[in-house]
Amino acid sequence: MAVLIYTENAGGKFKKSTFEAISYARAIADKTSTSLTAISIGDVAESELALAGKYGADKVLHVSNAQLKNFVNQAYASVIAEAAKKENADIVVLSNSFSGRGLAPRIAVKLDAGLADGVITLPEISGDEFKVKKTAFSGKAFAIVALTSIKKVVSLSPNAYQVVENPAEGKIEEFSPELKATDFKALVKEVIQSTDKVSLPDAEIVVSGGRGLKGPENWGMLEELASLLGAATACSKPVSDAGWRSHSEHVGQTGITVSPNLYIAVGISGAIQHLAGVSSSKVIVVINKDPEAPFFKVADYGIVGDAFEVVPKLIAAVKEYKASA
Amino acid sequence: MKILVCISNVPDTTTKITFTDNNTQFNTNGVQFILNPYDEIALARAIELTEGGKGTVTVINVGEVSTEPTIRKALAIGADDAVRINAKPQDAWYVAKQIAAYIEQNPYDLILTGRESIDYNGSKVAGMLAELLDVPSASIIKKLDVTDATAVVEREIEGGKEILSIPLPFVAGTAEGVAEPKIPNMRGIMSARTKPLLVIEPVEVTGNLILSGFENPAARGQVKLIAADDSASLIALLHTEARVI
Repeated sequence: MAVLIYTENAGGKFKKSTFEAISYARAIADKTSTSLTAISIGDVAESELALAGKYGADKVLHVSNAQLKNFVNQAYASVIAEAAKKENADIVVLSNSFSGRGLAPRIAVKLDAGLADGVITLPEISGDEFKVKKTAFSGKAFAIVALTSIKKVVSLSPNAYQVVENPAEGKIEEFSPELKATDFKALVKEVIQSTDKVSLPDAEIVVSGGRGLKGPENWGMLEELASLLGAATACSKPVSDAGWRSHSEHVGQTGITVSPNLYIAVGISGAIQHLAGVSSSKVIVVINKDPEAPFFKVADYGIVGDAFEVVPKLIAAVKEYKASA
Repeated sequence: MKILVCISNVPDTTTKITFTDNNTQFNTNGVQFILNPYDEIALARAIELTEGGKGTVTVINVGEVSTEPTIRKALAIGADDAVRINAKPQDAWYVAKQIAAYIEQNPYDLILTGRESIDYNGSKVAGMLAELLDVPSASIIKKLDVTDATAVVEREIEGGKEILSIPLPFVAGTAEGVAEPKIPNMRGIMSARTKPLLVIEPVEVTGNLILSGFENPAARGQVKLIAADDSASLIALLHTEARVI
């Protein structure tokens, strides 16, 4: 038996969510007294692969094949399922990232496994019982799911598990599974990656704006605040519906659910659909000129005031704090 | 082109979520159910792609008779016909197996689902269905065009996007941006009553997951208010008390 963790990389570097998933998978391997194998697909240098060992992988399978240069979920799922069989892995762990969501259901079907998606805790394991908590109703609740199959696939929510170093052997092995031509029907034509911005689903700090900002031309101050804090920018649904910001920034029940350490909401009243998408944030700061805005009821810190006066002062305060730190 | 749109019946987005039976059942009392918003935009795109006699749109739902108002809504919006698999949708695996069994008997060129349902947020049905049918899939689709038998899609990735070309048939999980939701007009509402709605019985599925309970998030403490001209205190609190910066 073993636990297999699929590591995601961007431009040859493991993502933060991958380190979280390795740490998480290591803890499951310890709980079940078994070993942890990591699998990495694509151009990843040996020094980077070694990091999987540093965070707890006993073995690292490296798949390097020109055909697998771009992510194609059908082909990647076949490779990961093959690795699970080769390693005799009963549990496969992935990040619940955009790519992870494409992979996990396919791997589960291939392995005849139950799939617990978007989990936020370590499983409770006793005998044959395997129970784990996940978010449900777009953040309005949690569900406890029990996987009853022998093989199990678990995808971990971003920012839900602390990264811990846990040095293990991390022996690197090349793995060359047989590839099926029919897995490559989808062709990646172009990948457009903006490198200067923090990715919203993974962000530790999010600065978000609502209709209170009055128009897209007023986002400059939020972008400045976000860049000072190393934060991603986000918005409410009315803002993306009005075309002020892209849909990919829309946080809420029908947009992205985020769980950063710090969520700063500026000029957002706090409709129930928006609150659902941010409820698992660790700390919420609300800036709104209406003291009756529902968002204050779920905030940890609040400033009642006009965004156009408060945000520039906040920017100055962050600059001062950074200069003194 | 024959398009199949998989639809879910979910609690309205304004629903306050509570549970009964010692937190093991979702409390549906007084809850308004709607067409899952992501499925609604999948349906809107399907209708656009088949406009002008270029094809047909079928909606499929795994649900008991209580979901028929939602199915009729989809017909009112513009689907040509509907299929209801008469069963309680136990989980994504169960639903994917039912729909795959139907498609094996009734092939479609393009299968659309929403990127996720807003109740269990699994994003699982599209991938499972594609794997069961052994066809490609892509999710969080923000643009979808079809020329001849090939689709070009734009998929969201962390911090960017990806353009893929995918031969039909395949399964797409659609997100905001792919189309604007369509509001049914009076003619649509009238014709929805008479459009075909086929009810079929489910196939046997061996389950692998049990939903054993629910919890509501812990309530937050009282908000700590900071004076509007005292941003420095907020930054200090975030650093020393909350320890998030």
